[in-house]
Order: sequence, then structure tokens, then C-alpha cells
Amino acid sequence: MCFLPDAEQRAFAQSLDTMLGKAGTPAVARDWSRGERTGGRALWARIAEAGVFALAVPQAHGGLGPRPVEVALAFVELGRHAVPGPLVETVAAAALLTGAGPAERFLADLASGGSMATLAVEGAYAVDGDAAALRLVLGADGLRLSPGHGPVRSSLDPARRLTRLLPGGQLLVPRPPVERALSWARLATAAQALGVGLALLERTVAYVGQRVQFGVPVGSFQAVKHRLADARIALEFARPLVLGAAVTMSAADVAAAKAAACEAAYTTARAALQLHGAIGYTAEYDLSLWLTKARALRTAWGSPDDCRAEVLRGRP
Amino acid sequence: MDLAHSPADEAFRAEARAWLHAHVPAAALPSLETAEGFAAHRAWEAELAADGWSVVNWPARFGGRDCGLMRWLLFEEEYYAAGAPGRVGQNGVSLLAPTLLEHGTEEQRARVLPAMARGEVVWAQAWSEPEAGSDLASLRARAVRADGGWRLSGSKTWSSRAAFADRAFGLFRSGPGTGRPHQGLTYVMFDLRAPGVTVRPVGRLDGKPAFAELFLDEVFVPDEDVIGEPGGGWRIAMSTAADERGLTLRSPGRFLAAADRLHALWRERGSPQATASRVADALIGARAYQLFTYATASRFLAGERLGAESSLNKVFWSELDIALHETALDVLGAEGEAVGTEWAQGYVFALAGPIYAGTNEIQRDIVAERLLGLPRGRRG
Ligand SMILES: Cc1cc2nc3c(=O)[nH]c(=O)nc-3n(C[C@H](O)[C@H](O)[C@H](O)COP(=O)(O)OP(=O)(O)OC[C@H]3O[C@@H](n4cnc5c(N)ncnc54)[C@H](O)[C@@H]3O)c2cc1C
Repeated sequence: MCFLPDAEQRAFAQSLDTMLGKAGTPAVARDWSRGERTGGRALWARIAEAGVFALAVPQAHGGLGPRPVEVALAFVELGRHAVPGPLVETVAAAALLTGAGPAERFLADLASGGSMATLAVEGAYAVDGDAAALRLVLGADGLRLSPGHGPVRSSLDPARRLTRLLPGGQLLVPRPPVERALSWARLATAAQALGVGLALLERTVAYVGQRVQFGVPVGSFQAVKHRLADARIALEFARPLVLGAAVTMSAADVAAAKAAACEAAYTTARAALQLHGAIGYTAEYDLSLWLTKARALRTAWGSPDDCRAEVLRGRP
Repeated sequence: MDLAHSPADEAFRAEARAWLHAHVPAAALPSLETAEGFAAHRAWEAELAADGWSVVNWPARFGGRDCGLMRWLLFEEEYYAAGAPGRVGQNGVSLLAPTLLEHGTEEQRARVLPAMARGEVVWAQAWSEPEAGSDLASLRARAVRADGGWRLSGSKTWSSRAAFADRAFGLFRSGPGTGRPHQGLTYVMFDLRAPGVTVRPVGRLDGKPAFAELFLDEVFVPDEDVIGEPGGGWRIAMSTAADERGLTLRSPGRFLAAADRLHALWRERGSPQATASRVADALIGARAYQLFTYATASRFLAGERLGAESSLNKVFWSELDIALHETALDVLGAEGEAVGTEWAQGYVFALAGPIYAGTNEIQRDIVAERLLGLPRGRRG
């Protein structure tokens, strides 16, 4: 066994990091929050070009997958750079449509980045229903193609625009593979949350290293150091859970990864806000992009308790 | 990236499992923190050693199986899953042995390791002193040159199981103070029954005579019991400390088995909702530690050296251990108070985790300064 990403996987994550680093993602995310999508769509095309969505789509349908380990590595980078849009939902939609008969016709478009998808259980909020071309609703009778969406509500994370999808529409699949799609959604969310936590930690370490009070950098105070050390420990132990879940894709492993990564990101967000002082509490400072996402991802696709319950169910 | 063990590793695991199944005592041995339990645990070490299972990752010439880190992890998973007894030789096996393998002479290895593997000689760690805890480099016990060796004087404290152990290893100040406390320290092995040694047991939180205080009065140590260069002991001790906190002191197998037992206990008690999340967190924590260790071992096998990362480990497992045992006592309710049960014993032991092997405050400093690159504070 070798439980480490191989050279190719590391290079893939690295190149995605480089590309996103140059893409000015904070500005893109802010535009997205206001419903301005030009930058977001251009970025989406580049992410698709890097192969991210194709990793969730089988080769027979124009994809490169399914390759959950690579998807997890990619989502860590998407989280680190605060990329907006229905990223998780598009990957989950691909898992839902795979093996779903004629509905598989949508897959090629998802893989190439030609369309964004969003996905929700009937009655729940769907992320970015106003931006997605493919709106999927899971109802009692199966998977439907929603004819449209209701008004947009803002989320605690302004870059996640919440919409309810309209009922009715074409029935695509009577018995879709819901469990599998949920695992993909949770895996991608966990990886994204881990990336959010890593970005928060990185930015906070840099900040406390240069912010001087009492004549010394605040990062030399032990109370500050220990809080960041705890954040680092939580994130470092969430990482192998995320990658391990991508290897096994068992529902319990994925739920464990989701609970731990979201908890770690959230703990880090609390520390990041506290240790930035008042500047961290402002909307115009970029830290807010990650702070609010850490909170939103915590309950997306299963609350901490839902995930823990799944872990308990998964034990013999 | 994968989690599948090779067929050869799985065969090794199966062999270990079968052996343990046939040999693990049906009834738990008495606590190894008592004289009676200590003897019983020594006998168990001999039984393990007779079939080559006491120190599987050591070189075969010293009683091991040369089996490498990954198989050691698998062995430990099986060991704890089988409910096998605690390891009385822990300090020697996880601290002194790696030190000798890296810094000792071949003569020292051949003399010390096989007897350690068989449990014939049980070792105690004599690092801490009354005035030197977290600030270990401030230690004052001395080693003074004598004909053919050294004479040790001073006192050591909190030495685990030294009340029943045979020999000890520790650091002594041998050089003139150069102003740098880390210099002039010598790493030596000595006999706990040598003339001039007084061992005074100190009851632990639960009253068991586990620790001891050691008083040394001109205790003679021959040159061949000095490890490495006289005066160069600090560097050697620090490499040992990294081993202790890093991979070898607490293997994931222990926490995986404990989390499974907790889950079983919780089910037996009707799966009470009030503790459900904490039971799940114990399972998640144990799995996280297992996978983290697999990743660390993979890096190690790929040729990387481990450094300050071992401090991440130490904080994680010690807190996991407490949370897990606290949850078990809460699941047991009023019954959890009764002393002598496996859970109560485990709880008392877990409470010490954040204190020994470098307190968690010190580990957090290391993480912050060495891994995160934050500025050093006023310490040291
Ligand atoms: C069960 C158990 C077994 C042990 N076994 C052994 C053994 O076999 N051999 C051996 O040599 N020793 C052993 N020890 C001793 C152990 O290594 C020491 O207890 C440990 O190093 C801490 O030292 P101290 O107890 O003197 O605490 P102190 O160093 O006095 O610390 C007291 C408190 O102050 C905090 N503190 C100290 N310095 C700092 C700082 N710079 N920043 C923030 N906080 C700080 C500590 O974290 C701690 O919370 C054992 C201890 C226990 C509990």
C-alpha cells in the first residue's frame, strides 16, 4: 500500500492551484454574489478544461472518470481559492446520471463544462439554480428535470445563491442512484471544506506574523499560537479521512470525512476571525469569503449529526 | 494512492491474528502497575518473544522479524483487536531500542536488545527531575568521570514503572556549563539495583505504585553504558523523543480497538442518543489517526524523514484517548465510577496522555513555531 497521492496526482493539484491563483478568484466570487456571472463562467470553463468535471463522468460519456481521489484533490484547491458556483452539485449530478439510461445524455455537457448543474431534494434549496442549465429535483417518484426556479435568496455565504426549484417537469429516472450521488456530494463538500480551512489557516498565520501589538507580532503570543496549532491539527487529521474516503467511497467513510473536514474548517474559521480582530469582521476584507463558506458547507449535504449517524450505521 | 495491503502483508496479518487467537490469555492479566501484574506481563513478553512476536519490526538478529513499519502497524491492529495485554516493556521498546539502533554500538545492541525483547530486562526512562519537567535541559543530575566510567548523582522523578523495572536510561550533566543548557549532557544506561540507587515508589492518581522517584548517590556506570559521545546526549535524546511522540509510542491499533469496544458498549446499552455523536466522533477519530499514520508511514517508506510532524500526533491521540474514555464512562453512567473496570483503568491512564511525552502545550508550541512558522515566544 502507498497512501499518498502519486506524482501525477500531485502535479494535477499543483497546476490547478497555479491556475486558480492567477485567476483573481476573490473578485470572481464577489461578482458571483451579485449575480454577475461573466467571470464565473469563464473560470468554470477553465476548471472544466483542467478536467475537473470530467473526473466525475465515465469515459463512455466523454469523461475521464470516475476518479474520486482526483476529484477530492481538485476540490481541496477549489475550496482554497474560494471558487463560486454549483461545483459540488455538478459533480453529484454526474454521479446521479451515471447509469441512468437515456438521462446519461446530459453527461457529456457536464464533463466539458458546457453546462452547470444544480441538484436538490424536492422542497429544499438548490445552490445557484439561477445559473445552472441543468436543474435536477429528487422527488418521491424519481429524478425530474425542473422547469425553472423561484426567487433567489442569499445564503450566509453570499457566493452561494439559494433557489427553490419548480416542481413538475420531465421525469428523467424513476429510481436514480441517490446513495451514490450523496456520497459524491459529501466527498466533494468535505474536500472543499478542507481547502477552505487550509486557506483560512494560511491567511491567519500570515496576518498574525505581521500584525504588531505591544511591540511584538501577535503571533508570538502563546494563546494565539495554540489556537492556530489546534486548527492545524484538526485539518491535518481531516485530510487523510477525505483521501481515504475517496479511495473506499464507502458511505460511512465519506460521512466521517464530511463531519471531520467541516468541523476542522469551522474551528479554523472561528480562530481566523478571532485572531484577525475587527478587520476580519468586515465584508470588504477577503477573509470573509472563506469564513462564510466554512459555515455554509458545514450543513450542506448532511449536518454534522447526519454524518455521525451514518458513521454509526456503517459499523457492523 | 491506495489502501490495499499486499497479499504478503495480508498473509502476515493473518498469521499474527491466528497466533494471537491461540495465545492471548482468556482472562485479563492483573494490572501491570502492580508487582503481581508486572510479573505476569513479563511472562507474557517471554511468550510473545518465544514465537518472534514481541518486537516484529526489529532486525531478526535481535529477536525481531525485520518486518518493516507497515507490518508493524498491521501487527498492532491485530494485537489490540485481540485484546492482548499491555506492553510492560514499552519504554525500552519504543524509546531506548530505537536510540540504540540509531546511535548505539553493535556491542550495546547485542547486549541490550535481545534481553529486552524477551522481557528479561525491563527498562525505565529517567529523564524528568523535580526541577526539570517541560524544561528538560535544565536538569541537574550529574555524571562525573571515574576510572573506566562515570559516577552518577542526583535525583530523577516520575519514572514510569521504575518501582519494578530492572534498568534505566537517562540524561546526566557531565560537562562544565558553557552557558548553553543543552550542552554537556551525557546519555547513560544504569542498573536500578546498583549500589547507591534508591527507588521510592510514588502512587499514581489511582494509588498504583507506577511511578518512582530515583535517588542516585555516586552510582558507578562503566564506559560501555554510555550511548553516543559523552556531552552529546541532548541530540540523541531529542531523536528518541521524536520517536516517542511520532510513530512508535501509540499505534493506531490501540485506538481503533478502543473505539470499537466503545461502540459495542454503547449498542449494548441501547444506543442512547445523548452520547451518539461522541461515540461517532471516537470512531471517526480512530479512523483519522489510522489513515494519518498510514500516510506518515508511506512517506517514511518513500524515504522522507519525519520531524516536528510528530507533535501533531501526540496532541491528537492524547485528546482522542481522553474523549473516548470519558464517553465510555458517561455511557456507563453511575456504574462508570467503579474502580477496577477496564474502562475506569483506561480513563485514568488516558488522563496522563496530555502530560507525558512532552506536554501538549509544548507540542502546540512546536506545531506553531516549526510547522506554521510563527515567531518564537519568550520560552527557552
Ligand atoms: C503518567 C506519566 C508517566 C510519566 N513517565 C515518565 C517516565 O517514565 N520518565 C520520565 O522521565 N518522565 C515521565 N513523566 C514525566 C513527564 O515527562 C513530565 O511530567 C512532563 O515532561 C511535564 O513536566 P512537569 O510534570 O514537571 O510539568 P511542568 O513542566 O512543571 O509543567 C506544568 C504545566 O505548565 C505548562 N508549561 C510548562 N512550560 C510551559 C511553556 N513553555 N508554555 C506553556 N505551558 C508550559 C505545562 O504544559 C504544564 O501544563 C511521566 C509523567 C506522567 C504523568
